[in-house]
Amino acid sequence: MNEWVGFKGTKWQKNIDVQNFIESNYKEYLEDDKFLTGISSKTYKVWNKCKKLLAKEAISGVLDVETFIMSGIDNFEPGYIDRKNEVIVGLQTDEPLKRIVNPYGGYRMVKKSLEAYGYHLDKELEQNFKEFRKTHNDGVFDAYTDEIKKARHNHLITGLPDAYGRGRIIGDYRRLALYGADYLIDQKKQDLHSLTDISDASIIQLREDVKEQIKALELIKKMCLRYGFDVSRPASNAKEAIQWTYFAYLAAVKQNNGAATSIGRNTTFFDIYIERDIEKGILTEEQAQELIDQFVIKLRLVRHLRTPEYNELFAGDPTWVTESIGGMLDNEKSLVTKTSYRILNSLNNIGESAEPNLTVLWSKKLPENFKKFASKMSIKTHTLQFENDDLMSPIYGNDYAISCCVSALKLGHQTQFFGARINFVKVLLYALNGGRDEITGDLVIDGIDELQGEYLDIDEVLKQFDKVLKKTVKIYVDALNIIHYMHDKYAYESSQMAFLNTNLEYLMAFGLAGISIVTDSFSAMQYGHVRVKRDERGLTNAFDIEFDFPRYGNNDDKVDAVAKNLVKRVYRELKKLPLYKNAVPTLSLLTITSNVVYGKHTGATPDGRKSGVPFSPGANPTQGADKNGALASLSSVAKIPYKDCCQDGVSNTFSIIPSALGSDEESRIDNLVKILDGYFNSGAHHLNVNVLDKELLIDAMNNPNKYPNLTIRVSGYAVNFNKLTQEQKEEVISRTFHEQV
Amino acid sequence: MNKFKSGYIHSIETMGLVDGPGIRVVVFMQGCPLRCLFCHNPETWNKQSDMKMTSKEIVDEVRKYRPYIEMGGGVTFSGGEPLFQSEFLLEMLQMCRKAGIHTCIDTSGTGYSKEYLDEILKYTDLVILDIKAIEEESYKNMTGKEMDEFNYFVDKLLKNNNKLWLRQVIVPNINDTKEYILKLKKYIKKFKKVEKIELLPYHTMGKEKYEKLNLKYRLLETPDMDKEECKKLQELLNK
Repeated sequence: MNEWVGFKGTKWQKNIDVQNFIESNYKEYLEDDKFLTGISSKTYKVWNKCKKLLAKEAISGVLDVETFIMSGIDNFEPGYIDRKNEVIVGLQTDEPLKRIVNPYGGYRMVKKSLEAYGYHLDKELEQNFKEFRKTHNDGVFDAYTDEIKKARHNHLITGLPDAYGRGRIIGDYRRLALYGADYLIDQKKQDLHSLTDISDASIIQLREDVKEQIKALELIKKMCLRYGFDVSRPASNAKEAIQWTYFAYLAAVKQNNGAATSIGRNTTFFDIYIERDIEKGILTEEQAQELIDQFVIKLRLVRHLRTPEYNELFAGDPTWVTESIGGMLDNEKSLVTKTSYRILNSLNNIGESAEPNLTVLWSKKLPENFKKFASKMSIKTHTLQFENDDLMSPIYGNDYAISCCVSALKLGHQTQFFGARINFVKVLLYALNGGRDEITGDLVIDGIDELQGEYLDIDEVLKQFDKVLKKTVKIYVDALNIIHYMHDKYAYESSQMAFLNTNLEYLMAFGLAGISIVTDSFSAMQYGHVRVKRDERGLTNAFDIEFDFPRYGNNDDKVDAVAKNLVKRVYRELKKLPLYKNAVPTLSLLTITSNVVYGKHTGATPDGRKSGVPFSPGANPTQGADKNGALASLSSVAKIPYKDCCQDGVSNTFSIIPSALGSDEESRIDNLVKILDGYFNSGAHHLNVNVLDKELLIDAMNNPNKYPNLTIRVSGYAVNFNKLTQEQKEEVISRTFHEQV
Repeated sequence: MNKFKSGYIHSIETMGLVDGPGIRVVVFMQGCPLRCLFCHNPETWNKQSDMKMTSKEIVDEVRKYRPYIEMGGGVTFSGGEPLFQSEFLLEMLQMCRKAGIHTCIDTSGTGYSKEYLDEILKYTDLVILDIKAIEEESYKNMTGKEMDEFNYFVDKLLKNNNKLWLRQVIVPNINDTKEYILKLKKYIKKFKKVEKIELLPYHTMGKEKYEKLNLKYRLLETPDMDKEECKKLQELLNK
């Protein structure tokens, strides 16, 4: 094909194989950041318009909603921000920041979110939809068991994607650029042709799905034609490669409203096209940066319509347009290119922002220059997260990407079934309360013995804990099996699946919230002599701890081993149960911002935490419990096993004040590089880094107008500080900020 | 069986990024012979604390952080005054040297037992020397002690030719003048292997600790040292 002239390698030309295309063609970049350029005048103009719209949106929460048309790949007129200055085009609807109504996940959610912002769906459209269309949410609740409903209602299992898009799928959007839609359609037709063994319902389902994918690809071609681009053929230059890739992603967020819709791992892929154009003399560095900046602008404008309750769980309107950067090709060569720098440089050119969720895949062997540049940008913008490539690449190869916050998948070959998380603290409290919820008093888990005695006996508690855990895991698995069956049936993401292999590996992503509290509670029972107080219903409502006890977060094996054993125990249970589509279970310690809501709905705990107090985020030690300095805290988290246990990710958020990180910029950068090297060399998985003074956040809490763009890292993503609720802000400020004694 | 020495520790900070090069585990040792006016750690004055550890326990603790400290970092013994427990300190320094851990002492150059001093300096890779004052009278005012011990330490330091970081706290109305900085500049010429000289602006964050400990805070009238002014003095010193 003409579009491929100048590219090396043949394997990728015979079959869909983006990874091989990258391996055969990319140019590693080892030098520093001096080549980078500033903002172009076109980008400046486009971003200026966006800034005004974003400021308007910040006031009302929602700028506009399309109420006459529903979600779909090709349902909207083309939209522009500033047509003559946009070098990358395409919006979800006909206007920037205008949100889509997507009712396929569940109608009630749509209605509630419209009402919250004062909108109404077109009457006829509403009537027709409700009359003729069953939703994912309807299907799920038809099939839910009483146990699941009780567990949900009592906040034992929360955040389940049973009323909104499950997300977590990453289409390999690069495929559209490299191969063009027609080739992909041909391949899918061949796949369909070979699916002839109709003896099993799963094959019938797959045939239907593949046909849906083909239809989606046809619609994508039409959608792009509206913008004046023919994507039936491969992209022929850098601008087209970025444009095509973005279009493929855009189709995903026009059709679906998945909680996290990440974009994959694109910079090295783009770099191949950019390098080819620069060599040909048809692209300058300024233009290359302009393409990347404008691509980033587009990713910053992705929106979904959510209810206020949803925002409580996932604050700040996140979309998790996670882009994975860097990582290693093999033992010697990294995948760092100039475009890895360019995308981070966008933070210089158009300022800090929560999206896209820029994720650096860290390896001890990454080029030193890139390590320094990434650290520099992290210190400057507090918007980057780091994940351990040396831990993930042996499992996922060199072409995986992070979905959502911390969850790796092999691009094109795997997808995830998102499963939110269990309130792990309640598992413990139910063990102390005969299976009853400590707040509502409902019997949620049956067959659990009532504990006797004034003091907690760890062996007795463990016996009941195991029983509660087993039953909770069963309920959790049942719920996710139902959810993903129904999601496939009623809200199938054909536009994303079209960019994945027909035969996929599935990962079912389970999660736990509150690991630090459960760990410390067991430690308190073992070393602290814990006396229980119960209310008139006989439910625990306070605990007296008589002696000091070791806490998770101080690099003390006595208690860190408890955390380790707990997650292993959970994973063991998960592995016992069959999963939808033979998915492989994975487990995360990740809370997003839901740690605040979880705390709110959870009674007092044996570690001394009072009722209603927020959990710490992700795998972080409990706020203030880590008393031996940052390395001790990091070391405790690093002990949580990733491989064959928490492979959905172990999230840690690390805050340090600038003066403790080093006395000047250069030493801060050097020190952060060393911290990351040390942390990841000790086997840890993920780190959010905030280099900030606590006083700055307090000032921002009191004077939001002074800090319109202040972005910070929370568990697994970045968020505009002003978009957090008051409670969430207070929780962030209460976290341990490491400082110099 | 080897019998390890034990000593009093105030605390261990696992991530020190300013007390020596790279990432450092900082061992704050208990006890100090001086009573500096500006001291912000009065809780480390007493000889004893309720944290008694053996040298092996401490070095084992430091070793846990190998992945972080092996890249140009190490351990820093601070305080209090680390030299105040000379024999104990020496044993830890020797053990660290044997384990290949870079060692640093953050000291005022006082409180040592003479018989161990040469050995201590031999096993120390970097000395951070806190200069309190450079003239007899002001030294005594600042620290409550005569200067002889400090001078003796400086002589030893010059003989051993250790790598050095020098520090001087700048306190308003005491030493925040150009004249003093110029004198200081002259004074430190005798040190040959100085890698860094830092002027630290005095701050009042230690005040509350004195109240808690029922101690009298003697610089009640003295404000925080202006950071910008301090920077200017630093520039003058570096010129």
